[in-house]
Amino acid sequence: MQTMKSYILKRFVLLIPLLLGITLVSFAMLKSLPGDPVLNLVGERASPEAIESIRRELGTDQGFFRQYAGYLSLLAQGDFGRSYHTNRQVSEELRRKFPNTMRLALATMAIAVPAGILLGVIAAVRRNTIIDRMVQAVTIAGVSIPVFWFGIMLMLLVCLHLRLLPPSGTGGVQFIVLPALVLAVPAAATLARVTRTSVLDAMTMPHVRTAQARGASRRRILLWHVLRNALIPIVTIIGLDFGSYLNGAVVTETIFGWDGIGRFTMDGILKRDYPVIMGCTMIGTVVFVLVNLVTDLLYHYLDPRIRLDEKNR
Amino acid sequence: MRKTGRIAGIVLAVFVLVAVLAPVLPLADPYRIDLDSLRLPPSWEHPFGTDSKGRDIFSRVLHGGQISISVAVAAAVIAALIGFGVGLVSGYCGGKVDTVLMAAVDFILSFPSLLLAVAISVILPPGIYTVMIAIACVGWTSFARIVRGQVLSYKEMPFVEAARSYGCSHWRIALFHIAPLCIPICLVVMGIKLGGFVLTEATLGFLGLGAQPPTPTWGAMISANRAYILSAPWTVFFPGLAIFLTAFCCNLLGDSLKERSDLRIKE
Repeated sequence: MQTMKSYILKRFVLLIPLLLGITLVSFAMLKSLPGDPVLNLVGERASPEAIESIRRELGTDQGFFRQYAGYLSLLAQGDFGRSYHTNRQVSEELRRKFPNTMRLALATMAIAVPAGILLGVIAAVRRNTIIDRMVQAVTIAGVSIPVFWFGIMLMLLVCLHLRLLPPSGTGGVQFIVLPALVLAVPAAATLARVTRTSVLDAMTMPHVRTAQARGASRRRILLWHVLRNALIPIVTIIGLDFGSYLNGAVVTETIFGWDGIGRFTMDGILKRDYPVIMGCTMIGTVVFVLVNLVTDLLYHYLDPRIRLDEKNR
Repeated sequence: MRKTGRIAGIVLAVFVLVAVLAPVLPLADPYRIDLDSLRLPPSWEHPFGTDSKGRDIFSRVLHGGQISISVAVAAAVIAALIGFGVGLVSGYCGGKVDTVLMAAVDFILSFPSLLLAVAISVILPPGIYTVMIAIACVGWTSFARIVRGQVLSYKEMPFVEAARSYGCSHWRIALFHIAPLCIPICLVVMGIKLGGFVLTEATLGFLGLGAQPPTPTWGAMISANRAYILSAPWTVFFPGLAIFLTAFCCNLLGDSLKERSDLRIKE
């Protein structure tokens, strides 16, 4: 238990240089962008004096490292600055939007994980039959579907023709079903493919043959001996797929008008709203690192043979 | 899956052929605006209907395919070249060089790839070259990782030791003894990745970051006609179908390549 604690602590300490590095690199990248946020803000017809005063107010007239140092000291106080466009506190906006994105991600997982694992296990158990081929074709189709198109077509069918659900907005269950479904399709497809392979791998392990020889039932072998061993790659993919939820979330949130981090980031990038981009990047990195940490801890729990300080990739 | 892979390859080849031949086929002009035939449903004259400016969608989908497919392929080639180079150097040199290069790979992988591609497309002026670069900048990492792994295993083999013993330089060993052996796996990875690149290209186009209007690209056609989805769903349906089928065939092909190459590649 002691090792577990110190391990978690070590991972958190390692997070600090990572965040510093990311802030520095993205800060440098964003500053090197062409296009002046001040001009974007006031339009091209503003007087030079007005532009100059706004520049001074925003601090964009100072040197690179002074700007960066100022930014870091604000960050340390939990202040991400104000959006150049809406002039709202980025941290406030993040606090409001982050739970929405998490809700969407959890709803997506609630659909994708059972569906993906079930499809993968079915395909593996019935391998090389017509069922397996069909599952494989469906999963390849699932990773090939353009998320934005699928979202629009689904919206057309379910919301505009059948009028079952509201087409867009943020709110209760009726709003979350469609975006979660759209995000879940590629996620479930990826998961099903990994599950199939890892279940097939686990089936060839010697202990499975031993169990068969002892006369264990098929169901017991599958649930107890095979799935337990197959779970590790599955958990990895669920963890890694978090990144792809964010990817899909950018487009999906935009289409369905879901007020989350994905849409916020996209708007920020398109409008060159530096504080917004930085805030979203930071929160995205922290979430990513935390998810990886939880995945690693789960590895250890699922397979005590894996030691925590090993790098498992 | 072998047969499936072959069929997917043939279908894909037909798509590419039709897209390449689009300018010489007897098609409607993809740029001609016809205000008398706005948003016509599919008919014999317009197999996929017409869009919000009266342009023939069938023709635009074929012409768009030329751009969308070639951008994805070019991005795959650039990504493969960068990844190949980095993987070769990283694996062969080892030590600090390896640590730094792989840290860069991890760094890129720690961002959602689409957001990174969007960020790059925003920095550069919009257009097809920007999309190519953006996709390649994000996509090279998997090539680098896999090539590095291959190089690491080849480096310890007797033929490398033999080459060194009769006085080959490091350059010669890396470029002429090890690199050629890594080309097949690079091609397999390209096959696996191509479907994803097609989707990324379409998504960037959808977000307005690709070729600018009136140039037809599949993604841009969908976003341009999105407002008419209820009255003219075909304007959105067919370009999306083209993206889906192309990506589907690419992924089927990549899958069978992967199986045939008998290499376990982490996606």
